[in-house]
Amino acid sequence: MSTITTPNAIDTVFAGLKARGETALMPFMTMGDPDLETSVALVQAAEAAGAHMIELGIPYSDPLADGPVIQRASERALKNRISLTDCMAVASKARERGVKMPFILFSYFNPALQLGLERFFELLKEHGFSGIIIPDLPLEEDSEMRALAEVNGIHLIPLVAPTSEARVERIASQAKGFVYCVSSLGVTGVRSTFHEGIDSFLSTVRRAASVPICVGFGISSREHAERFAGQCDGVIVGSAIVRQVEDVIPQLTSGNEDERKQGLQVVQDFIAGLKPRKQV
Amino acid sequence: MSQVPDQHGRFGPFGGKYVPETLMNALIELEEAYQKYKDDPDFLEEVRYLLKQYSGRPTPLYYAERLSQHLGGAKIYLKREDLNHTGAHKINNTIGQAVLAKRMGKKKVIAETGAGQHGVATATVAALMGLECKVFMGEEDTKRQQLNVFRMKLLGSEVIPVMSGTRTLKDACNETLRYWVSHVDDTYYILGSVTGPHPYPMMVRDFQRIIGLESREQILEAEGRLPDLVVAAVGGGSNAIGIFHPFIEDTGVRLLGVEAAGRGVDTEEHAATMTKGRPGVFQGSMSYVLQDEGGQVLPAHSISAGLDYPGIGPEHAYLKDTNRAEYVPITDKEALDALNILSRMEGIIPALESAHAIAQVLKVAPTMSKDEIIVVSLSGRGDKDVESIMSYLAVEEGQQS
Repeated sequence: MSTITTPNAIDTVFAGLKARGETALMPFMTMGDPDLETSVALVQAAEAAGAHMIELGIPYSDPLADGPVIQRASERALKNRISLTDCMAVASKARERGVKMPFILFSYFNPALQLGLERFFELLKEHGFSGIIIPDLPLEEDSEMRALAEVNGIHLIPLVAPTSEARVERIASQAKGFVYCVSSLGVTGVRSTFHEGIDSFLSTVRRAASVPICVGFGISSREHAERFAGQCDGVIVGSAIVRQVEDVIPQLTSGNEDERKQGLQVVQDFIAGLKPRKQV
Repeated sequence: MSQVPDQHGRFGPFGGKYVPETLMNALIELEEAYQKYKDDPDFLEEVRYLLKQYSGRPTPLYYAERLSQHLGGAKIYLKREDLNHTGAHKINNTIGQAVLAKRMGKKKVIAETGAGQHGVATATVAALMGLECKVFMGEEDTKRQQLNVFRMKLLGSEVIPVMSGTRTLKDACNETLRYWVSHVDDTYYILGSVTGPHPYPMMVRDFQRIIGLESREQILEAEGRLPDLVVAAVGGGSNAIGIFHPFIEDTGVRLLGVEAAGRGVDTEEHAATMTKGRPGVFQGSMSYVLQDEGGQVLPAHSISAGLDYPGIGPEHAYLKDTNRAEYVPITDKEALDALNILSRMEGIIPALESAHAIAQVLKVAPTMSKDEIIVVSLSGRGDKDVESIMSYLAVEEGQQS
């Protein structure tokens, strides 16, 4: 069993950002919403907007960590009867079109399990993914996934929540890529307030982690991004972007090229507007 | 007694805890509390007292003589869980969990419900113990089971219709888990079946074992020996595991689970998880799941809202794969016919769920000899289903004329 020695692209991007004193902006998008071809264009738009890496979300029938916005996106995507493999191909297609940023796959466990974990990792490498996030695979259940991730040089990025308490140390100390800090109790989705203990939670994670830490769940504006910019290395924005996509679906699917471009531009501008201004 | 689950909540390869990190400490806290109280004499006495004085246990094991003679084969005994307070076995579990919730200092409880039986049983114990209660129910099911919705409201609970996904039990479970993620700091989740993440499959089984423990004692008293066959309907599988479990070591006792075949296992409208599903991870545990090739969970169908579920408890998956129990499908039509026969032959209107178990008994009893014995779990009464049976029969008649 040989270990991969080439650096993971996620690590390289974080190192660069740290040197420049910047916070990573990491959008999330549901693949296949409204269709796979549009997903490729949206990934390009995200990079053009200044995203540093991106989470490609796999639609799932029972997304129990997700709120209504991403649930609806998953339902729309699954109407096209697309598979995990189809969704993964969005990454390699975006790469062919010149997208440089690292890709992180966000999927519930069952689709990966049904594909077969060995095959899952072959495809992750084939399509150029650098990391994976499996929201329903806690530490206690992830040993096989973690071992395969290690061998294949792909980061299995763990989540920690304000309720993790004593688990933070165990999770953060062995994390790869970054630690995904859940900002609040609850599912994904836009919200106006964060967990009351969020600041001390983030500093606890920071102390325990040897990798960067990022904040997600409920981040929907530049104000939110800036609120966390000083305490973490990156912010993840999901539902707010998916909702923007939802708003422009008529344009994206109109068949009229100008309208389609306008729709993509709306999403691109929204993502660009999330970027925290450099702290001075 | 077989030592499953292990400390990780595994029944062989099945079970486990596949939930978002936010819930992990709540599950660990629950497991610790349950381990602490499950052998505590005061805790057990409070549960025992309520089961007896409040719910009316022990429930009778009734020899269905007319039905047995009509079928001309094995002697059929009905375990009368329908005679429990609130009309089904569900209260065995909600009493146990509510007493535990109180010991844990929780003042708010939530539950999912399909047919409404677990919702009613939860609303009932919440009223009894002064707990604030919210019940999540698929919007489709709130229409199919309006009476139960009203019952829960009468009992002081809030019923939240679930509009996502299939708008039935599967999505009611998702929504309850999502709500729990958001309110995990002060809310106890009373899960209604032997499904979901560890420790629920183990804990709910332990609270439902009373069905099998009583049956075992009662049949020994009535017949001086153990039954040849134990039959129960399986949705998530709580009444079935409850009656099976005390017989697992008795290898001479065949265990037979009956799942809902809806309009037929070769159609797309069924809930035959064991017959047509394969192992996967769904709603917190590894078990058999009705799913497509890519691992997307498929909608289930059954005339019975309580069996209308694309998953099954992990211990059943284990019993199937170790060949200790068998699982067979029964269609909507077979269940309705069985409901009619039991109603007319014994004066007992069974719940549609339990009618599936009766339908299987109608098939196997005639193939058995007169000195063989079947014990069947009559898990609930049919009052809640009378309206849906009426409309189903009306549609049938309409099609025939």
